[in-house]
Amino acid sequence: MNLPALPLLQQLVVLLAALVLFLSFVLLAQSRLVSAIHAFAWQGALVAAVTAVVALSGEVHHLYFSAGLTLLLKALVIPAMLHRQVRRLELERHTEALQRPTLAIMAAVGLVIFSSWLVLPMVAEELAFTRSILAISLAVVLIGFLMMVVRHQAVAQVLGFMSIENGLFLAAVSATGGMPLIVELGVAFDVLVAMVLFGVFFFQIRESIDSLDVDRLNRLSETAEMAGEERP
Amino acid sequence: MADILTPSAWLLAVVQALLFPALAPLLVGWVRKVKARLQNRRGASVLQPYRELRKLLFKEARVAHTASPLFRAAPSVVFVATWLAAATVPLLTIDLPTAVVADIIVLAGLLALARVFLALAGMDVGTAFGGMGASREMMISALAEPAMLMAVFTLAMTAHSTNLGSVIAHHLGDAFVLRPSYLFAFAGLTLVALAETGRIPVDNPTTHLELTMVHEAMVLEYSGRHLALMEWAAQIKLLLYGVLVANIFFPWGIATDPAPLSLAIGLGAILLKLAVLGAALAVAETVLAKMRLFRVPAFLNLALLLALLGLLSHVILEVGA
Repeated sequence: MNLPALPLLQQLVVLLAALVLFLSFVLLAQSRLVSAIHAFAWQGALVAAVTAVVALSGEVHHLYFSAGLTLLLKALVIPAMLHRQVRRLELERHTEALQRPTLAIMAAVGLVIFSSWLVLPMVAEELAFTRSILAISLAVVLIGFLMMVVRHQAVAQVLGFMSIENGLFLAAVSATGGMPLIVELGVAFDVLVAMVLFGVFFFQIRESIDSLDVDRLNRLSETAEMAGEERP
Repeated sequence: MADILTPSAWLLAVVQALLFPALAPLLVGWVRKVKARLQNRRGASVLQPYRELRKLLFKEARVAHTASPLFRAAPSVVFVATWLAAATVPLLTIDLPTAVVADIIVLAGLLALARVFLALAGMDVGTAFGGMGASREMMISALAEPAMLMAVFTLAMTAHSTNLGSVIAHHLGDAFVLRPSYLFAFAGLTLVALAETGRIPVDNPTTHLELTMVHEAMVLEYSGRHLALMEWAAQIKLLLYGVLVANIFFPWGIATDPAPLSLAIGLGAILLKLAVLGAALAVAETVLAKMRLFRVPAFLNLALLLALLGLLSHVILEVGA
């Protein structure tokens, strides 16, 4: 793809997609939970902006609707819900340092390179200008997975899950000009319901192990005394 | 580019090289002035750094009796290496013989030479502060240099040249293009510039607290004309990074031919850009707090990550298969 040959709006799509990828990295490495939620909200806003610009440049009118829906859900409602739960669980000042932040970041960089290599044959087809954003979307998905692996905190893992959804949405918008409206509505509803369920789970996990650190789930044992001893 | 190796072009190059030490104290004075205004102080005149340099140059230079000849030589080496590095950066015009003989890698090498001598001089006298400052400086620069090179390689890959003049010419020749790689490289290079020039989130240029000193700790033993040269070199380095950021990412106005009118426009444009950049630096230094030394690696990791993302987004998004 030759960037200077593209119209300005399509260059803007590429720029915004790159920023979405950068926010994935921010999410992965951000140690403060509240800041991570903000980063997630910005990522959702950027995905909505990508959708809107694709709609503008391709004259695909139903994409305006999904852009609005994305903005409403991913940038406003879900972050607000997460924020409220974090407040109610009294985790506002909670920080979670990664064990080896540099290693996690470098692994994420490796994932970006891997996904670019993976979509190379698809990009070579040169079907649409946004084809090369597919690599970025795949990288966002993989970094979301990585985040769910390296983070111990349940809220952070949910953020990883939600950013996977962002990556999938970006892929759908950039590769095919958006899914049919009914599918999009279904996915949006699914995400919302998932968020509500996660909220319930947060409180359940908290009640049973007295923390949201999911690693503690490994240490459950039969007798209460042993569990008491092992708890640091 | 062989036709620009004429005596008049060399004259222009010399004039431009002389402009760097002449303008560097002005930039520092401007940053200090804006900072003072932001803190509701009136502040010293923007010409104050010139007065300080003159005062130091006429003072007697005292040298510790444990100092080796390296200690006396270091200020000159640091000053000349920094000045030479600055001379390779296009300030007014891009068609310069210095741009042909020296590229970005030479620039990084000259800055590294200056830094090595600065650190050696810090350790030479044998005081505790000097060694501490030198080790801190080396830690910061070891992390900053890969980030800087990576950011610069991103630009070089876009322009297919490591020559600063051709990078700027390529950028000017394009129509307006939104490049994600430039955005990331700009952010990365700005963070590196803050770390390398010892500005506030990494090092405080006005401090004399032992906990926070980096650059100050290394030059603590210097006095008189030696100190003047060291301070002047630090000011040139700040100007160098300022010009680098301003001219590579916002090259508009820089002269592409040696006509007097376009040179004057180039001078006006770079002064305007530096004034804006200096004001932005002053605002950043006012709102940010200095970070702990052990947070600096994380800061420079971010710079490296940004530069790396710039490189990757260039390869993935801009070139494609």
